[in-house]
Amino acid sequence: MFRRSDQDRRPSLQIFVDGVTVEAREGDTVSAALLASGRDVRRETAVSGAPRLPYCMMGVCFDCLVTIDGVGNRQGCLVPVAAGMQIEIQKGKREIGR
Amino acid sequence: MNAAPQRDAYDVVVIGAGPAGLAATATASAAGLSTLLLDENPGPGGQVWRAIASTPVTARDQLGADYWAGAELVGEVRSSKAEIIHRATVWSLDRHLEIGISIGGASAFVKARRVILATGALERPFPIPGWTLPGVMTAGAAQTMLKSSALVPDSRTVISGQGPLLWLLAAQILRLGGRIDRILDTTERKNYLAALPHAFAFVTSAYFTKGLAMMREVKAKVEVTTGVTELAAAGEGRLASVSYVAGNHRETIPADLLLLHQGVVPNVNLAMAAGVEHRWDNLQLCWSPALDGNGGTSVEGIAIAGDGAGISGANAAVVRGRIAARGAVEALAPAAAAKLSPMAALHADLAKAERGRAFLDTLFRPARQFRIPAGDTIVCRCEEVTARDIVDAVAIGATGPNQLKAYRRTGMGPCQGRLCGLTVTELMAEARGKTPQEIGYYRLRAPVKPITLAELAAMPKTDDDVKAVVRG
Amino acid sequence: MTKLADAIIVGGGIHGCSTALHLTLAGMKPVLIEKDYAGRHASGVNAGGVRQLARHVAEIPLSIRSMGIWERINELLDDDCSFESHGQVLVAENETELAACRARVAELNALGFTHEELIDGTELRRLVPAVADTCPGGVVSRRDGAANPAQTTTAFRRKAEQLGATVREGVAASNVRREDGLWRVDVGSETYAAPVLVNAAGAWAGRIAAALGEPVPVETVAPMLMITSRVPHFIDPVVILRGRKLSFKQFKNGTVLIGGGHLATPDQDRNETVLDWPSLAISARTVFELFPVMRDATIMRAWAGIEAKTKDDLPVLGPSAHHAGLYHQFGFSLHGFQLGPGAGAVMAELIVNGGTQTRIGDLSIDRFRPSNS
Repeated sequence: MFRRSDQDRRPSLQIFVDGVTVEAREGDTVSAALLASGRDVRRETAVSGAPRLPYCMMGVCFDCLVTIDGVGNRQGCLVPVAAGMQIEIQKGKREIGR
Repeated sequence: MNAAPQRDAYDVVVIGAGPAGLAATATASAAGLSTLLLDENPGPGGQVWRAIASTPVTARDQLGADYWAGAELVGEVRSSKAEIIHRATVWSLDRHLEIGISIGGASAFVKARRVILATGALERPFPIPGWTLPGVMTAGAAQTMLKSSALVPDSRTVISGQGPLLWLLAAQILRLGGRIDRILDTTERKNYLAALPHAFAFVTSAYFTKGLAMMREVKAKVEVTTGVTELAAAGEGRLASVSYVAGNHRETIPADLLLLHQGVVPNVNLAMAAGVEHRWDNLQLCWSPALDGNGGTSVEGIAIAGDGAGISGANAAVVRGRIAARGAVEALAPAAAAKLSPMAALHADLAKAERGRAFLDTLFRPARQFRIPAGDTIVCRCEEVTARDIVDAVAIGATGPNQLKAYRRTGMGPCQGRLCGLTVTELMAEARGKTPQEIGYYRLRAPVKPITLAELAAMPKTDDDVKAVVRG
Repeated sequence: MTKLADAIIVGGGIHGCSTALHLTLAGMKPVLIEKDYAGRHASGVNAGGVRQLARHVAEIPLSIRSMGIWERINELLDDDCSFESHGQVLVAENETELAACRARVAELNALGFTHEELIDGTELRRLVPAVADTCPGGVVSRRDGAANPAQTTTAFRRKAEQLGATVREGVAASNVRREDGLWRVDVGSETYAAPVLVNAAGAWAGRIAAALGEPVPVETVAPMLMITSRVPHFIDPVVILRGRKLSFKQFKNGTVLIGGGHLATPDQDRNETVLDWPSLAISARTVFELFPVMRDATIMRAWAGIEAKTKDDLPVLGPSAHHAGLYHQFGFSLHGFQLGPGAGAVMAELIVNGGTQTRIGDLSIDRFRPSNS
């Protein structure tokens, strides 16, 4: 859906999405990096399991909820990526206490 | 920039680092007040100047002069004595001016003598059939990605709705080489006539020439369909097409990305949770705080500046930030107020900045069918409650948004009503033959953004512990 | 203009609504006056515990009476109130607490009450697998459960109205007085008159009682609750603690409610509460220790409902000691929700028959008369 403009000269870094290496740029939010990756990063809602992608990208819709470094239900659109970050796409109610 | 607050109490705490919050911070700090600026984003700028200090978009003309205008104010704040904390989520504010903040997974409380809320706006809900499908986003979302990560749409893209931001976004996407297949303009034809009495103020305002040039720029490259009265997104598990009706014409366009926008409304959650009284604004069709001339609210010590005080744009937000901060200075350090612009001059600046607003509000007043959905269209995205569910609940006795919670979980999900509250109020008002003011809004509660149990459990235990940690 | 009714009920909480319903079932036409809306305060926003467990002996007969109504709530209200009966478990965190549990169950058994049952660590972990394995046992009341409080109060209100009660919401009752043998109450520009007045005004009931010359040592409190996001199902019964303030349960939708009686600061005249986050942090720490699986659950919202708490933590239920036709039903002291259905039934019997088979003598307002204290 999205591609990076050629003028973007930010250094790249690696994050892991469900264990798979994904390239992101320094300064991307988690949600931007996921959408830019071209992968299927749809989460499934806790209510009905319906697929969702981020809607607002500014911290109000909570459709970007994602598990980051083991902490669930984080707003991916507000968290900048960091090298080596572990991202898990949430499917349904998020497991706790694993 | 990411540490806990250095003190446990401040003269002024400003929440939100957009135009209003930056201006308030600069003003309060210049007057010598101890000032803390808290902001949820990675850097300053709010939405309109998002990523101004970090954007990878280096070709300056692509984002436009209004964007880069924010740099000066950011510089002013950064060279002030104010303490600035980004990625700080304020999750509680009460009438004692105690502020709960989550920073880096740890929470703390600070106390303020004055609080200036500059939490800005969010895009009005646009509840059409299929708006929860992956691939449907707000125009603001696309603009956020463009500004902060130089990301532009590159597959089949439809933009739909109305208002100045929609045209600005379209121009920016095109300048960065992105793809737009169609613009579906939902502006109601009758609004052009209604807006006419405000036209003189508008054509003599700063909006006019800029707006006109931008629309011309976009229309030269993209097919624009006006007079759209019906809109729906469809697809299995993700967006596949957008259907619309304009006049007698009905069409379905294959699409991978639909960007929606029908104006912005105040982001009221924190203010309402703090007990600030709000009233229904019948022109802007949203809740706005009841304010005195200097942004003061019904809660002693809390002022609101910027679009959170009622939508009037970035230029007005800067002035309203300075007015609110001057109000705090007059209360806390009257002698220092002499150093600042006089209140009368600020109010004159504000009148100038607000010129043309009535025209925009009237012209871009969103149509009823795009505010008040029917049938299976989802209203509450979090709890997946439809318009029919709500109307059915009204039929068996739900009288307002809070009573509705006994029937349906509308507004009880993580977004806490941000994406459904206005729709629920207007839908119930219509179903019950009442005004939105009579129907009311959700009673909002802290935490206004969720925090983990572990984070709450780890909160410092006593006042002494709080001090030890905060000063640590 | 004065309107006549069979009874005036002040207060649209679960108690007022239940009494209204039971009066209509007895053929009366009551009017219920609620200054906000039914269930606006404690009745609509409490933890929803339907609990006979760990009650003061003086209110156990009423609680048992009420339980019988809960178990057929759908027949009564045409609404299941989301009532689910998976038991309530009181957890002892150490041997000293377990010994106190043992003594309590023995005391109840001696009085002829059998709903509480002592359990060992094995049975505790069978009922509540997620509990910390340091807990040696506790007490279970197997018929107990939980319901949705707003749904329940609303359902009582709706059914009462369907059967002929008049419900006036949004205007406060004022100028409560007795004239010409009738109780009179002003509601806006109207006046209602009836031979019977029921004071079920929750946190506002103490003011009414005092104004009518029957002061009760009652304070306004606002117990806090918080709720998590949806998590996978991991617990059936409601859990309370013997030693610390905690109540804990998971709804069918996956959200987990954490309560237990830590108090917010109520502002009764503003209809507001200011939450005490350091106390909520104590609740969070208790859950953190007792249910390790909950540590990274997300807290979505916290709130508090305003209600009345008496000096002896027991409700005032029954006829006035001073005035004919006046009845009190308030002061339920953080545990009135489960009692609501039964208290309404008992109140209707008192009003219609002049007496009840349910033992409520210890709940009389008489106990606060100066000569008795």
